[in-house]
Amino acid sequence: MSDFFQYLVNGLTIGAFLSLIALGYSMVYGVVRLINFAHGDIFMIGAFAGFTVLTTIGVTGGMAIPAVLAAVVVGSLATGVVGAGIARVVYTPLLKARQLSLFIAAIGVSLALSEGVKLLTGARFKSYPDALDGGQIMAGSVRVSYAQLVLVVFSVVLMAVLWLFVTRTVTGTAMRALAMDRDAARLQGINVERLILMTFLIGSVLAGAAGVMYGLYYTQISFGMGFLIGLRAFTAAVLGGIGNLPGTMAAGVLIGLIQSFAAGYISSRWTDVIIFGVLIAVLAFRPSGLFGERVVERA
Amino acid sequence: MSLLEVSELTSRHGQIEALSGISFDVGSGEIVALLGSNGAGKTTTLRTITGLHRAKSGRIVFDGEDLSRLGAHRIVALGLGHVPEGRRVFPALTVAENLLLGGYLKRRERHVINERREEIYETFPRLGERRSQLAGLLSGGEQQMLAIGRALMHRPRLLALDEPTMGLAPQTARQVLEIIRRIRDGGTTILIVEQNAHQALRLADRAYVLESGRIVLSGPAAELAADPRVKAAYLGGDPAPRTSTG
Repeated sequence: MSDFFQYLVNGLTIGAFLSLIALGYSMVYGVVRLINFAHGDIFMIGAFAGFTVLTTIGVTGGMAIPAVLAAVVVGSLATGVVGAGIARVVYTPLLKARQLSLFIAAIGVSLALSEGVKLLTGARFKSYPDALDGGQIMAGSVRVSYAQLVLVVFSVVLMAVLWLFVTRTVTGTAMRALAMDRDAARLQGINVERLILMTFLIGSVLAGAAGVMYGLYYTQISFGMGFLIGLRAFTAAVLGGIGNLPGTMAAGVLIGLIQSFAAGYISSRWTDVIIFGVLIAVLAFRPSGLFGERVVERA
Repeated sequence: MSLLEVSELTSRHGQIEALSGISFDVGSGEIVALLGSNGAGKTTTLRTITGLHRAKSGRIVFDGEDLSRLGAHRIVALGLGHVPEGRRVFPALTVAENLLLGGYLKRRERHVINERREEIYETFPRLGERRSQLAGLLSGGEQQMLAIGRALMHRPRLLALDEPTMGLAPQTARQVLEIIRRIRDGGTTILIVEQNAHQALRLADRAYVLESGRIVLSGPAAELAADPRVKAAYLGGDPAPRTSTG
């Protein structure tokens, strides 16, 4: 039984950052109908930016906590700038082109980012500084590391802030409206191009924060890490009903739990088979996601 | 003096010329109707004026400003509101949220948005009753009122309405037209596109008749209503099927 709770804790941890990444897929799809295949690589860049900050500041002595905070802030701002910059340079000129052009551009961006980081930093895995010092709390026989606690708490805070922004502010409401009807949004005086860039910015900031957390949790990063994690997060976005933010958050946690339990009770070699099996099943039987469409069709 | 002046406007949809050099004007305080059958170019005219569609050539001057190079969001900010064809309310947002976005230009002054929203609820009590309902669940007439209310939130000096009575029951359609008259009496200039020439001519001061992207007739509404050509084409016999128009 203690195994079960350990897997549960691990699964919630993985789910927390998968949700953060999945939100970026979901939000961007909502406003431009693009499956942004470069999003996983944005997450990777966040991990590398955080890595640079941590190794520059150093994590010895009393510097650990400030260094982690700085890494998360710098990592997410860096990815925000990169994500919005790419959207401005590559995606917005293609908004009026066929959907396929955007999609192929996204694959190109994905390759450019991962290969670019490889050229800059080398192909070897990097060991993340162990800023949280392997500290842990024992609840019975269940081990909860400080890294896990920080990761879950921080993810929940970020998602709560996002939710408040999207539901309570005029700009957030405009973002939801944009996903429903771009022309009608323009007619309210909404600068649609700018709001699209802001959506990329927010999604990238969340992915960047997730990248730093990933590094702190798994303690190893590489230029190619964005691909698989990105696909898992994308699965979560599809499962939650792409464009549906609460659904995406919940599905991210669900995929994290599936990953953890599959690794624990079956074999970690099977986790991706199971996760992508779920993706195929959802696409085949419930293409609008487990939680269904939230969008009401016009009467 | 004209508030809106359109001259020699041409516009294309791909290879097809949708507007072949139309000119018309709307004076301050007027209700002007654009009439014509399906595909005559009425919707394209409105979409080009409000910046959703790029003009190929011609000039659109609103209160002294040339609109032809401006994006739609800038045109709205100049005081030109557009209630689009098919209402286009945001279906998964509540009535209150739809109106909130109508006040988007005032987003840094939430109290202004809230005050204006209360005024809309007074003008349209139905919207007040349903403020927390999703717009997609409203009836057609209620959605039309919401679309009009949403446009009024940004206090336009000229309100362009595209087929506001389309798909509505006759009684609801009359209510909507009465609301439009009241909006004009409140000082807002109206440019209305209608397939239902009969009702539009009773409402409007002046009208233009579009056919295949050209203006073929124009004049005071009462004169046009009596014109045998208009009677034959638009007022007699069965009304044309009221589907989506071009």
